[in-house]
Amino acid sequence: MVEDLLHSSAGWLNFGIFFLLAVVLLLVVLGFVTYAILAERKVMGYMQMRHGPNQVGGRWGLLQTVADVLKLLLKEDVIPKLADRPLFIIAPVIAFAPAFMVLATIPFTDKFQFADIGVGLLYYIAVSGITTVGIVTGAWASNNKYALLGGMRAAAQMISYEIPLIMSVVGVVLLSGSLNLNDIVEAQKNGWFIVWQPIGFIVFFIAAVAELNRVPFDLPEAESELIAGFHIEYSGFRWAFFMLAEYVYFFAMAALITVLFLGGWLPLPFLGFIPGAVWFALKFTAVVFILLWFRSTFPRVRADQLMEFGWKVLLPIALANIFLTALIMELVKLF
Amino acid sequence: MIRTEEMLLNVGPQHPSTHGVFRLVVKIDGEIITEAKPVIGYLHRGTEKLAENLQYTQIIPYTDRMDYLSAMTNNYVICHAVETMMGIEIPERAEYLRVMAMELGRVASHLVSWGTFLLDLGATSPFIFAFREREMIINMLNELSGARLTFNYMRVGGVKWDAPEGWVEKVKEFIPYMREQLVGYHQLVTGNEIFMNRVKGVGVYSKEDAINYSLSGPTLRCTGVKWDLRKDEPYSIYDRFDFNVVTREEGDAWARYHVRLEEIEESLKILEQAVEQFPAEGEILAKVPKIIKAPKGEAFVRIESPRGEIGCYIASDGKKEPYRLKFRRPSFYNLQILPKLLKGENMANMIAILGGIDIVLGEVDG
Repeated sequence: MVEDLLHSSAGWLNFGIFFLLAVVLLLVVLGFVTYAILAERKVMGYMQMRHGPNQVGGRWGLLQTVADVLKLLLKEDVIPKLADRPLFIIAPVIAFAPAFMVLATIPFTDKFQFADIGVGLLYYIAVSGITTVGIVTGAWASNNKYALLGGMRAAAQMISYEIPLIMSVVGVVLLSGSLNLNDIVEAQKNGWFIVWQPIGFIVFFIAAVAELNRVPFDLPEAESELIAGFHIEYSGFRWAFFMLAEYVYFFAMAALITVLFLGGWLPLPFLGFIPGAVWFALKFTAVVFILLWFRSTFPRVRADQLMEFGWKVLLPIALANIFLTALIMELVKLF
Repeated sequence: MIRTEEMLLNVGPQHPSTHGVFRLVVKIDGEIITEAKPVIGYLHRGTEKLAENLQYTQIIPYTDRMDYLSAMTNNYVICHAVETMMGIEIPERAEYLRVMAMELGRVASHLVSWGTFLLDLGATSPFIFAFREREMIINMLNELSGARLTFNYMRVGGVKWDAPEGWVEKVKEFIPYMREQLVGYHQLVTGNEIFMNRVKGVGVYSKEDAINYSLSGPTLRCTGVKWDLRKDEPYSIYDRFDFNVVTREEGDAWARYHVRLEEIEESLKILEQAVEQFPAEGEILAKVPKIIKAPKGEAFVRIESPRGEIGCYIASDGKKEPYRLKFRRPSFYNLQILPKLLKGENMANMIAILGGIDIVLGEVDG
């Protein structure tokens, strides 16, 4: 359906349909964020032998996040006197907008995708880098020393993990011969890339966690060191925007891992009768759960160790993986 | 042109990782600390001065509030000092109750230290696990004394309350449970690569430094000095128990972490023996005068608290209040080495070093 629309001429009707779909996606994402936060708190709660939210919205605390968001909306909007006002206001938007932009390229099923662009993977990685600009901007504009430290850490972390992240997917691109996410999923018909690209997968996963600023790579926020890091001066809804961006990325990155390495909507053998959307949701949930599991298990990495790990371990491994993949492909062609 | 400048950063007194109202003024170059200056006194209540106007029994609740994570040892040190001056013989049963209470307190204190240390390093779960076990200890001590944190349990000449029925059995059941949990602690944290990288070689000091800075407790034993007052200057009935003094050679945060965890095991050993030997009947309070008056003179006693040597000096002119009372508070002394350790470290290490020293601000500030 989307395919037909994309190829038909531009018009108000098309625009309207796309707009409606975008709203639907926005609501789905917001719904995800709402319940991802709840899931995070619940999963962590059970791992730590406590209940997690269980008051607002019944036994499962289903409305807890809604209540939290309402509370954030009602909070006073504080801008520090010595902050750089325009930058301070625009920073959450810069951090937040790309988080939604990347969602457009993710193919949730073979039919449900908003923008089937040829360089989908490249687009995702390029756009997602913009968020760090927002984080650094916010940190700088806050005029706070802790925020500054957090912002600098975020910038350093982004540079040292974006590169292994890109390098680790080159193996996938080599195997599928395309940067288009749809084609990449189609190429996994004979086996998911987690099987053909185990090294790539591990490097990508670690780099992805670092990209998401999640435990054990949550240095920019580092609660016990920098208190709240880059968003220390933010409160109310501006703060919520940073958090929203973080969780939307969480969503996007889990979806991307599903697409790149876990075969997207492709079913397991003999289970093809289950629709692709369900498969996607299952794989996606598994990735999300692992990320939540990380959070309740690991201590935080130190900044200098993080850099060292990124440049001296992940990057060489990712490069070796490219070489190895190319070599094996050529050898297979020969025989 | 790039111009860099040093930044003066105020860590605390409101900061998640300073374990209370501790303030650290650090000069940082990037993230590297060039100078650190601890500022203390936000929790100063003048215990020593207040004590000069209080009767000996009235001082005991003030000691609870010094090292509030291990109030039992503080109770003991003041009672022990007065008893030493008056030459009071403590009933057997009271001694056992005291030792059990103190060792339970030591386990609880090391658990908090373990949990908060890891919380400082960014791991949230160990904190919860540690507090789960600590809660059991606190409940036991609550049954014993009627309070969860500020026990006010010991008296000059013995203890205030006898153990309630079934209490000793509860302690007995707790020992194997705690041992089992310790295995889990090691599985969760000790072998973790990230954790090892964070603590190994961080905040190293030598044996000589430790002695020159008059460090004590785990902060001393982590350098390999085998010095534990329970063994070397046995007080109470510690000479009856068979336990080891845990030492490590490295002198870094990793060694301190290990010393604390292994000390929990040694404490459990002592508890096990104390439960075995616990006399079925007996007095819990020696015959002491209604109004306690320490004889003219002075006395200094020291015992091993979870944080190190806690000492109590009393100068008495024969009245019912002390003329002068002084506590040697181990956290305060252990903190002295901090500026030296922090020089050249980065922010993340600062937290690891501070957490490894394990201070309690109530004790630092007195």
